[in-house]
Amino acid sequence: MSAREAMLARIRSKLPKAPEEARRAAVDERLSEHPRNLIPARGQGDAEHRIRVFTEMMEAVGGTVEVLNDINDVPHAVADYLRNNNLPAHVRRGSDPVLARLPWHRGGALEVAEGRAAGSDRASVTRAFAGIVESGTIIQLSGPENPTTLNFLPEAHIVLLEASALFASYEEAWTKLRCIYGEGVMPRAVNMISGPSRTADIEQTIVRPAHGPKNMHVIMTR
Amino acid sequence: MEAGSVHFKDNVAKALADGKLQFAMTETGPRFMAKRTKAREALPEFDALRDQARDIKDHVLDHLDIYLERYEAKVKESGGHVHWAQTAEDARQAIIAICKQAGAKIVTKGKSMISEEIDLNQCLEANGMQPVETDLGEYIIQLRNERPSHIIAPAVHLTRDQVEEDFRKAHTHLDPNRDLTEIPALVEEARAVLRQKYLDADVGITGANFLIAETGSSIIVTNEGNGDLTQTLPKVHIVIASIEKVVPTLEDASTILRVLARSATGQDFSNYTTLSTGGRREGDPDGPAEYHVVILDNGRSNVLGTEFQDMLRCIRCGACLNHCPVYNALGGHAYGWVYPGPIGSILTPALVGLEKARDLPNASTFCGRCEEVCPMRIPIPSMLRHWREKEFERHLQPAAMRWGLGAWAFFAKRPKLYRRATAIAARVLSNLAYGKGRLKKVPLAGGWTEVRDFPAPQGKTFQQLWKERRT
Repeated sequence: MSAREAMLARIRSKLPKAPEEARRAAVDERLSEHPRNLIPARGQGDAEHRIRVFTEMMEAVGGTVEVLNDINDVPHAVADYLRNNNLPAHVRRGSDPVLARLPWHRGGALEVAEGRAAGSDRASVTRAFAGIVESGTIIQLSGPENPTTLNFLPEAHIVLLEASALFASYEEAWTKLRCIYGEGVMPRAVNMISGPSRTADIEQTIVRPAHGPKNMHVIMTR
Repeated sequence: MEAGSVHFKDNVAKALADGKLQFAMTETGPRFMAKRTKAREALPEFDALRDQARDIKDHVLDHLDIYLERYEAKVKESGGHVHWAQTAEDARQAIIAICKQAGAKIVTKGKSMISEEIDLNQCLEANGMQPVETDLGEYIIQLRNERPSHIIAPAVHLTRDQVEEDFRKAHTHLDPNRDLTEIPALVEEARAVLRQKYLDADVGITGANFLIAETGSSIIVTNEGNGDLTQTLPKVHIVIASIEKVVPTLEDASTILRVLARSATGQDFSNYTTLSTGGRREGDPDGPAEYHVVILDNGRSNVLGTEFQDMLRCIRCGACLNHCPVYNALGGHAYGWVYPGPIGSILTPALVGLEKARDLPNASTFCGRCEEVCPMRIPIPSMLRHWREKEFERHLQPAAMRWGLGAWAFFAKRPKLYRRATAIAARVLSNLAYGKGRLKKVPLAGGWTEVRDFPAPQGKTFQQLWKERRT
């Protein structure tokens, strides 16, 4: 008997006896229906409420937020941010089509490289799959469009978050994910990021950064 | 890991006498408690979410075999590999085999209590590989060759100057005149030292807070980003998780995640909460080529179907530790095994055997704070009592203790005799106190009066006063 068979048999033997059919049906139903449980009210509200609460939460943990009315102003905003934070005018992005279409020449001397993060990249730009208001969280999916390393290696992580992707709660992001990838299918990594990296491991004193980015700057577009 | 829980009584004496430890632990409990309270007050739905979290886990445990089958199928579908390990040795062997296959020299690690349980680092070193802990707290204790003293904050028992000393001793390639008096300087140094390790690692090993059956995903939560660097950069990612980590769906994971960080650190959500499913897909420019999950039992199935089953709902938040007066007085090392505090006191006997851990369930006043704050509503005091009952049934207590309990039971079962005996005792003790209201020495109560005065009774028992006042 394999370890797998032995372990499963042992578990089964310890649980109360019940008709196998009913047990399997209960599991299959929950997995296929994936019902939503209680969702907190905090994130619910109109677009302006969501922008405001998200901004509060992100700023509370040391992130910064700016809101633009025109997505074409993004390259200029990125260049400004780097300059204001004494960072070189160079960012890495993935092949995300929305980012690719932006008028990057409006960033002046800003250099934009494409691909996964190199150890020497000091700033990255990604486009968020979703923003979640209830905890001020950005969701990024792995892949060539927004490579995972862009979220962790550079010291400044700049995120484009469109208002249409700003959801009240996580559950809406899962619905969107299932629409795009199909039931039960996931990209390799889903990163839910709620601010710049931090640690409190020495005398419980909060220090930023730890190993991930020092700065997280969210550019929201209405 | 060897069950040092047998040395609990000695450990207690050492811990109470350890000035540095006592200083480090002074602020720990109050800070964590205040943070949790604030988070709970900021979310009106918090307690209702705890009830739902409990119900989700109970449902999973009742169908655990089926959920594990479904989970495994989804992992394989996404290109991952699942290894089943009944014992710690099985888990070690599976992990070493994967590491050897990968030609691993450097193995970075995210924080994993299970890896402590199976003594993984020791085993990796014995096989010629270098494990590098990347969580700052774990990195510090790795330098000190110590175990974590808290489930989520491994170095909480240390002071800043101790960390400075450790860094100076270990990071000999850096300028000895550098200034490390501020905590941010220490963190910056760790960040710089570990950065190259992340990039050089051949294999990254993490734990998993949850395994999602619907998608075959593993979830880790960190604030530092170390877990993500550990699992994204090397060519192989190994997840080590125990059987009860399974949750059904993304929605169910979200519910439990809502109570996890709030209970642990008072955050609404851990800074980096990542769901990993399989290795690189076609076109993925980064990520590990291989994804392995080692599923471990190591005694947990023994608990299923018993009066102790509820402890398998634990999501390792550490809230019970933070609120426990005993843990706050001793720190985590005194408990002698992987898991300290209230959860450690009920889990350790289940996993290492009651004979080796019987002191732990006795180190409690049943104040009940642990149960009050547990996000999964685990009835910890009841379980502590179950263990004490088992201890008595199996005659594990020393003879003197059994005799003492027997003597008390003799009187307690005879109410008239009990009332007469306590009335005599109350009068005698009251006289011995000479009106000072307290006694420095009481016969048969040396364990108490060695460290504190015994409050003297006023001369009459409650029953006597009650009787008098009613007539």
